[in-house]
Amino acid sequence: MKNEGLIYRISGPVVTAINMKAAMYDVVRVGTEGLMGEVIELHGDKAVIQVYEDTSGIRPGEIVVNTGETLSVSLGPGLLTQIYDGIQRPLPTLEKEMGVFLTRGVDADAFDLEKVWTFEPQVSVGDTVTGGQVVGHVQETDTIVHKIMVVPGNGGVVKSIESGDFNVTQTICTFEDGSEMQMMQEWPVRTPRPYNQKYPPVIPLVTGMRILDFLFPLAKGGAAGIPGPFGSGKTVTQQSLAKYSDAQLVVYIGCGERGNEMTEVLDEFPHLIDPNTGKPLMERTVMIANTSNMPVAAREASVYTGITIAEYYRDMGYDVALMADSTSRWAEAMREISSRLEEMPGEEGYPAYLSTRIAEFYERAGRVETLNGEDGSITVIGAVSPPGGDISEPVSQGTLRIVKVFWGLDAGLARQRHFPAINWLNSYSLYPQSLDQWFRDNVAQDFPEIRIELSGLLQVESELQEIVQLVGSDALPVDQQLTLEVARMIREYFLQQNGFHEVDAYCDIHLQYKMAKAILAFQESAKSAMAAGAQLGDVVNVPSRSDLMRGRLNKGYVDTIDEMVKTMLEQIAATVEDN
Amino acid sequence: MTGKEYRTITDVKGPLVFLNKTEPVAFGEIVSLRLSNGTIKNGQVLDTSDDLVIVQVFEGTAKIDRDSGVTFMGDVFKLPVSTDLVGRILDGAGRPRDGGPDIVAEENADIIGAAINPYSRRSPHDFIQTGISAIDCCTSLVRGQKLPIFSASGLPHNDIALQIARQAKLTASDEEFIVVFCAMGITAEEYNFFRADLERTGALENAVLFVNLADDPAVERIITPRLALTAAEYLAFEKDYHVLVIYTDMTNYCDALRQIGAAREEVPGRRGYPGYMYTDLAMLYERAGLVKGKKGSITQFPILTMPGDDITHPIPDLSGYITEGQIVISRELHQAGIYPPINVLPSLSRLMGSCIGEKTTREDHKSVSDQMYAAYAQGRELRGLVAIVGEDALNERDKQLLEFSGVFEDKFLRQSRYEDRSIGETLDLCWTLMSSIDTKYLVRLDQKWIDKYHPDNRE
Repeated sequence: MKNEGLIYRISGPVVTAINMKAAMYDVVRVGTEGLMGEVIELHGDKAVIQVYEDTSGIRPGEIVVNTGETLSVSLGPGLLTQIYDGIQRPLPTLEKEMGVFLTRGVDADAFDLEKVWTFEPQVSVGDTVTGGQVVGHVQETDTIVHKIMVVPGNGGVVKSIESGDFNVTQTICTFEDGSEMQMMQEWPVRTPRPYNQKYPPVIPLVTGMRILDFLFPLAKGGAAGIPGPFGSGKTVTQQSLAKYSDAQLVVYIGCGERGNEMTEVLDEFPHLIDPNTGKPLMERTVMIANTSNMPVAAREASVYTGITIAEYYRDMGYDVALMADSTSRWAEAMREISSRLEEMPGEEGYPAYLSTRIAEFYERAGRVETLNGEDGSITVIGAVSPPGGDISEPVSQGTLRIVKVFWGLDAGLARQRHFPAINWLNSYSLYPQSLDQWFRDNVAQDFPEIRIELSGLLQVESELQEIVQLVGSDALPVDQQLTLEVARMIREYFLQQNGFHEVDAYCDIHLQYKMAKAILAFQESAKSAMAAGAQLGDVVNVPSRSDLMRGRLNKGYVDTIDEMVKTMLEQIAATVEDN
Repeated sequence: MTGKEYRTITDVKGPLVFLNKTEPVAFGEIVSLRLSNGTIKNGQVLDTSDDLVIVQVFEGTAKIDRDSGVTFMGDVFKLPVSTDLVGRILDGAGRPRDGGPDIVAEENADIIGAAINPYSRRSPHDFIQTGISAIDCCTSLVRGQKLPIFSASGLPHNDIALQIARQAKLTASDEEFIVVFCAMGITAEEYNFFRADLERTGALENAVLFVNLADDPAVERIITPRLALTAAEYLAFEKDYHVLVIYTDMTNYCDALRQIGAAREEVPGRRGYPGYMYTDLAMLYERAGLVKGKKGSITQFPILTMPGDDITHPIPDLSGYITEGQIVISRELHQAGIYPPINVLPSLSRLMGSCIGEKTTREDHKSVSDQMYAAYAQGRELRGLVAIVGEDALNERDKQLLEFSGVFEDKFLRQSRYEDRSIGETLDLCWTLMSSIDTKYLVRLDQKWIDKYHPDNRE
């Protein structure tokens, strides 16, 4: 058989070719227009191909060419600030080639192959280098040094090494065995890039969102799932994380979501400033946008494209955060392809291998020792869109089995306009134990204890609320009424956070701690004032408390909060004398 | 190939016809079937291979037998488009229904429609004033948005859609909308109601109607919205019109999709709907928006009736995941005699933030909207409590909120079908109604707006 075959059958995005030499996951060119596709099943002399573009108008008998390669991404300087579709074609280039509507059959380089970068060698002639080792640096953006690494599996004794200005396809290093390397390399998306070993996650990914950092922290190298019904704020949460988390690099995958929402991100990100470096956010971001109406097979590929790019930067020793919004759309793409293959379905029509694929994807997260001996991490945050908000469905369940952090979005909270609408009663994080030491060393010795106190209060509140529903809050003893008031303060002052507010959107971890302490200080002083005879109403209504609560919307709150707490405590103490 | 007639039908099943061995036929190609009695039917290729071709027949497969002739037309489905479309009424397959001449094509547009490059979109931000307080204040509509009406049988969603079509205007300019109306499986009575209203207000001259009624072939409904959107895209992106697409009823469309899936013996997803329904719906809904370098816009108002008033049913559920919010019609409010019975609590406009404020509506809009929503939500919740403990158990604040929830429905929501309130009137009304609540309980209002707009301070 040859590398060329003929189309036998077309059914939506699935095309069958005959008389073609093919192996699983080979990339093929389908039809006279050369549409890109990937072999996903072999039956005798038939190869089943998923096609990444619309197949209308294609006929049986047209040619199919096997490229013999697997689906790969191009890696090298120029990736950052790019906006790709699911198979790494830059959307701005596609706009130039085909106008505002995406037609088909257009190829585009992942980044500018002609652009000249200044290469600074890090090895000398005669050095022995192995796969993953850094041979030189390129300043890719103001904040990110791009490290040029030997392709894993390659290497040798350096025969010559260049220095100066080169584009990504020019040779910058040659080896004694005659092989040479360029700044650009290819890597198959479905193969995880290798590393030396995985480390336990002990450093938190600080997000600036109080409910996440304080109650349900995520570790660098960890994985989190955010399930929630529509309108509960998944996308806003994901975007806040992309904007404010202290990862050095962000890969944002818009997988099967809304076009207008993607446009908002594309419009907004170039103007946003990274609070951790003071530089434009775009300089640390790679975006992948495959909206819901773009070809479904490319949607399936988009998460792999994204995580491979993330792994490449991890291998340079960076902390990378990857957001996938939404993994349910990815799973549905798998379901659609699977159903076209007439595979025996598992639950709800999803293929039986769904949970394996989900697990494999999240397992590519982690904090690792890279082949170069450095520390790097990928933190994966996947949004899940369960039908009807019911998380007993296969995608949510497959995700929850593997991730260690669950941020459960709640339609009820969203309706009350409590944002972020993360339910504090059913969300969880399994990381506190491994992260507590970091919080003790870097924020405050009693940080974990404060966390336990806050979540304990919220738990008590939910029990008391059940009684209040029946008899009204006035029927409770005053100490319990105070607990309710404290819990309300936790919810309205601490947990609620406006993702669009210029000050409140990002809350420094030290400020979070001070705010939590302020709540407990209020509780403490209120208790002792009431024990000394003060009235609950007077204690709760001291004006300085609402000043304290409103103050979080002002700039410089971290400097004024201590003074405000002091005033509040004085006023509460004074309520005793008033009686 | 065109012109060659095959008589190789092997099976006919539901809306599908299966043919043996033909010349290579393109995926998505249109097909003409000639029955032995001379009737012509149309269809489209769903699956094609060297041995077998599956055709879905739009007009139903009645009277098709194995001797029927099948001709492949050599092209995918295209709609002849030109500005002559404006003012015309077409059937669900794009043929004139008003007795007028065929459309003279300026071009033939592929009805599947290519996806808009997300990079080439423009962010929507022009506020559309619908004149309906509940929508303008709480779920503001933006030009280029897709905002479905989630309704149920027996509710006045058609009146609301028509009122929006009549009254929708931009506050910033006097540019008018062109209405593209797409009926899928609605009754003749409902259709006549729409047409009569559009005729009476003169809007029909500025509208294009694609009509597939309840007794028209169900499978045709698969292409009707695609025709409507193709016409809309042509008018918006080639001819600079601002197009408002109303389609009703999406539930019938999804049922037709399910019918084809079942006939093809596909593995069904939830409630028997095909697993690809999300993608399929997205390919309709995502054809809304604005693009770089073009003046026009497409705003979509899909109407769907939720079977059993169930918002978690796959049709509203998948729609909600694609559209930019939803307007939910409430049976409870309707039965209380309130028009328009819009329940603002589960309703949402995701793009609202981008279109309201000082420059477009009014500086206090956000603040007022949040406060109205919060006060009404709390008032509604208290109704439940009062049912158990009685009104006397409420404190002063709760009593005021409870009372406000009634006023909200009676004075704010309720308006006549022909009452067109400007956004200024709506916001002033909000302030008047909120003044029944003690200012100290109105915590979501900025003090500066209270000073400026509260009736006590305006006298």
